[in-house]
Amino acid sequence: MTDFTPTEMMTIAAARALSNDDVCFVGIGAPSAACNVARLTHAPDITLIYESGTVGTKPDVLPLSIGDGELCDTALFTVSVPEMFRYWLQGGRITTGFLGGAQIDRFANLNTTVVGPYDHPKVRLPGGGGAPEIASNCGRIFITMALSKRGFVEKLPFVTSMGHGEGSDHRERLGLKTKGPTRVITDLCILEPDPHTKELTVVSIHPGVGRERIVENCGWPIRFAETVIETPAPNETELAVLRDINARTKKAHEGAGPGKEAA
Amino acid sequence: MARIMSLADAVAENVRDGDTVAMEGFTHLIPYAAGHEVIRQGRKDLFLVRMTPDILYDQLIGVGAARGMKFSWGGNPGVGSLHRFRDAVENQWPRPLEIEEHSHAAMANAYEAGAANLPFAMLRGYIGADLPKVNPNIRHVTCPFTGEVLAAVPAIHPDVTIIHAQRADRKGNVLLEGIVGVQKEAVLAAKRSMITVEEIVEELSPPSPNSVVLPTWAVTAVVHVPGGAFPSYAHGYYPRSNAFYIGWDEIARDRETFTAWIKENVLDARPEDYARYAANTLAKVA
Repeated sequence: MTDFTPTEMMTIAAARALSNDDVCFVGIGAPSAACNVARLTHAPDITLIYESGTVGTKPDVLPLSIGDGELCDTALFTVSVPEMFRYWLQGGRITTGFLGGAQIDRFANLNTTVVGPYDHPKVRLPGGGGAPEIASNCGRIFITMALSKRGFVEKLPFVTSMGHGEGSDHRERLGLKTKGPTRVITDLCILEPDPHTKELTVVSIHPGVGRERIVENCGWPIRFAETVIETPAPNETELAVLRDINARTKKAHEGAGPGKEAA
Repeated sequence: MARIMSLADAVAENVRDGDTVAMEGFTHLIPYAAGHEVIRQGRKDLFLVRMTPDILYDQLIGVGAARGMKFSWGGNPGVGSLHRFRDAVENQWPRPLEIEEHSHAAMANAYEAGAANLPFAMLRGYIGADLPKVNPNIRHVTCPFTGEVLAAVPAIHPDVTIIHAQRADRKGNVLLEGIVGVQKEAVLAAKRSMITVEEIVEELSPPSPNSVVLPTWAVTAVVHVPGGAFPSYAHGYYPRSNAFYIGWDEIARDRETFTAWIKENVLDARPEDYARYAANTLAKVA
C-alpha cells in the first residue's frame, strides 16, 4: 500500500460517495477536488455543476474560484446565475450538493458567516453564498471538512445553512422534502446522521486512526455507530489521479503576483 | 442610445456621491478599470451591491468610498478573507460599513425582479437559516393559490450598474459571452448603466441568435477599455490571473501596504495602463 496523507484520504473518501448518475452542485475547494476525482475515476459521466452557471463541466485543472474560465471552456453549456438558482437548483434538478464550511455542529448545520455576535463579529467570514438554498433544494448533501475542535463545535454562533436543525424530524417540520446532509467526510473518519436523532455519528474510520484521536478533535462528545468499519485505503489509481490533478492545478495557478505589474 | 465615451467622462456623468452602485461580474468580466476610475474621482458614500464582492470591492471599501454593501458572498475566492472588508466590519476602518446580507439565490432573484420592474422577488429560500433574524429585508409572503410560505426580498434597483463585456459595435450594442452571471439583469434593473468593453467593432456579429446582447437603447454609456477586467478575465481574450488573487491576500492584510498599493496602482495610474493585460491573449490554461 502506498503512503497517503489524511487530506488525500479525505478527498478520496469524499469522491467515493459520488456515483455516475449524480447531478452534483459543487462547492469550491475540497468539494471540487473530490467531485473531479470521482469524475476521473469511477464516475466518468457524473454531471458537475458550479453555481457560476457552468453545467456538465470537466475541468482539467481545479478552479481556484467558482467561476474560472476553465469551468466554462469545458462545460456542456453555461447559463446565467438567476437561471442556475431558479430553474436548476430550486427546480429540483440537482441530486447532490457538495459543501464545505468553516464550522459544523452535531446536526450538520453549517456556519460560514461570523464568529462571535453578528453585529460585532470577532471574525467576519465570507458568508453563505449559495449554501442556504443548496442545503435545502438538493436531493441530499455531502459535506467535507477536516475534523478539528475549531471546526466541529458544540454550538454554532450562526446557522448559515440548515442541516438537520435541532435534529430528529426538524427538516420535515419545516416542510423540507429533501434529505439534507447524509454524509460528512473528514480527514480522520466518515460521519452519518443517526437515522432517528440525526446526530452525526462515526460510521467509518480511516486506516491508522484511533478512536481517541477522533474524540480529541471534535468539539462535542462524538458518538460512534454500533458497527464502525475501516475506510478502505486509497488505491493507486485514486492517488495517482488526485496527485496529478493537484500538480496540474498548482502549476496553472502559479505565476506573476500583484507586484508593480498589477493595475 | 448609449454614448461611447472616455472612462473618466462616463464615471463623472454616471456615478454620483451617495449612489447605489452595482459593479457585477461572477468571477468573470469584473469591471476593475471602471472601479478604479471611481476611486480616482474620489466618489464617496456609495452603497455597493454585488453578489460576490471580491478584490474590487475590497479596494473600494478600503479607501473609504462605501457607506454600505448588499452582498451574498464576500471573500477572495479559493484564497480566503477580504481583509479590507473584514477590517471595516470588525474594526470600522476606515469607516463603519452598513451591511445587508443575503444568499446568492435571493440576490439573483432580486436582480431579476429589478429587471422585470417588480417591487420584490420571492424564492423558496432561507429555510432554517439565521440570516432572516439579522436582515429585516428578508420577509415572507404566502402563495395565494397554495398557501405555501415563501421568502421575499426587495428588488434591486441600482442608481447605476457598471459591467465589463467582450465587445460593442459603434452604435453601442454590447455582447457578453462565457459566464454571464447576473450582468444582464443588473443592467436592466438600473437607472443608468456603464459598460466597459475589450473591443469596439464595426459589426457586432453575435455568434448565435440566442447570444446575450444588451442593445444600445438599454445602455447609458459604453467605454473602450482593453484589459479592463484584469485580474478577473474576459472569456476569449485573456485568462484570470489566479496568481494576482493569491498575492492580493498579503497586500490587503495590512493597512499601509494596501494604501501604498492603491496610490501606486490606482491613484497614480491611468485607464490605458490596463491595455497591457489585454495583450496577454490566448494564454488559456491547457
